[in-house]
Amino acid sequence: MPWKWRKRDEATNNDLCSANDLMKVSIPSPLLSYTNAREVEAHGATLSALLADLDRLYPGLRFRVVDEQDNMRPHMRLFVNNEQVFDLTQALHTTDEVCLVQALSGG
Amino acid sequence: MARTTVKVVRKKKQSTRTKNISGRTSVLVATRKGAWIFHGDAARKTWKADGPHFLGHIINHLVLDPRDGRTLLAAAKTGHLGPTIFRSIDRGRTWKEATRPPAFAKAADGSGRAVDHTFWLTPCHANEPHTWYAGTSPQGLFRSSDGGDTWTPFSNVNDDPQYRAWMGSVQDGTPDGPKMHSIIVDPRDPTHLYFAMSGGGVHESMDAGKTFKPLVQGMEVVGGFDATNVAFHDPHCVRMCPSNPDRLYQQNHCGIYRLDRPSNVWVRIGNNMPKRVGDIGFPMVVHPRDADTAWVFPMDGQTVWPRTSPDGKPAVFVTRNGGKRWQRLAAGLPEGQAWWTVKRQAMTADAQDPIGLYFGTTSGDLWMSRDAGQRWTCIARNLPEIYAVEVAEAR
Repeated sequence: MPWKWRKRDEATNNDLCSANDLMKVSIPSPLLSYTNAREVEAHGATLSALLADLDRLYPGLRFRVVDEQDNMRPHMRLFVNNEQVFDLTQALHTTDEVCLVQALSGG
Repeated sequence: MARTTVKVVRKKKQSTRTKNISGRTSVLVATRKGAWIFHGDAARKTWKADGPHFLGHIINHLVLDPRDGRTLLAAAKTGHLGPTIFRSIDRGRTWKEATRPPAFAKAADGSGRAVDHTFWLTPCHANEPHTWYAGTSPQGLFRSSDGGDTWTPFSNVNDDPQYRAWMGSVQDGTPDGPKMHSIIVDPRDPTHLYFAMSGGGVHESMDAGKTFKPLVQGMEVVGGFDATNVAFHDPHCVRMCPSNPDRLYQQNHCGIYRLDRPSNVWVRIGNNMPKRVGDIGFPMVVHPRDADTAWVFPMDGQTVWPRTSPDGKPAVFVTRNGGKRWQRLAAGLPEGQAWWTVKRQAMTADAQDPIGLYFGTTSGDLWMSRDAGQRWTCIARNLPEIYAVEVAEAR
């Protein structure tokens, strides 16, 4: 994918997302039954808020990705600007692009 | 957007398929890679496959609600996505995902558990329409009062320190996690419940699940361990006799048992099995009209537990006198070099006369007998590993 991201350290506080800012989210194929699109747009000042908005738009999606203890499920990963992120409270910037990835393994 | 809906592609006209499932015996097959429904003719001689449903999903259980004859629940996950429940109110024509699948309560201190998969589904009492129970791995008990759309945990079991100790950890369970299974509702009394845990014994409630008590007396444990410790008990499958709900049969890690209430002591009836076969296995099937008749599918539980048919010679064994004697039923099954077995949810019976028996194998074959096990016929080959087999009969 043509990911041409601005690095996080280039962003400023002014870039932090507000509730109305839409950002692009890349969706892995196992979740296409929810979104019907490889890339969608959602709101969220944090990753957690972004996942909540995705679940509002595509009900059921969040629980397939994040468990009831708010931990990412095994093999599910979130990348923000090509960097893997585990902390769902991480703030997002308006220019951030989020990639939801499933690491396939097994048979 | 509505919750995920999966439309199943079918080659047959929809009206034909729907007529089949509502007017004949159908077999619901849950596998490691999806679900299939096999529709039988009136004689149960020819079968038409409908599926795959949810190709690629791990389906641990697919169950028809006998109270309305049209609602199906499927316990699903994939190799990597979290677990969910799919629901159909039109006998599998269309599916919709549960709004709130089984999930443990969130623990503020971070010690909470996460459901890996729903393993077992039980429709509740006939007088409680739309109510279901579910058992999960890690072991947990859940209830839905809206046809499987939303699920509530039994915190008195799932979060109780004593029950958590009996449940143990993932390391104490079967290779893909310990299972809560065999959730049974007494047809005479919806408040009378049983459940079993693959790590943690059999338990009974007389108050609709507000409280449970262990029911493990008489059950044996692996040599050297303390049988009074509930944590060491490993029931594989428990069934209640429809014709006598005071009689339970159990296939256990350590033998085959029968319990006649009000006694609280299980009796090991597997000691009467042939010694060369033993009494280890997973499924337990009871006769719908004769509480003295039950079937098991023994497996090799020696040394490292191969979990195959003993000597590569698969066979069903039946008792017709409550476990005093057992008879081998293998006509039509492979006579040797068949190294598959049958999992705890993968064998069942219909209610016709004569009884039809059905089992699915770990190698993906679906077998049935139209004469209570006297002769076996393979009705489907080359499916994925079969996890569960249930019958959906005409109403």
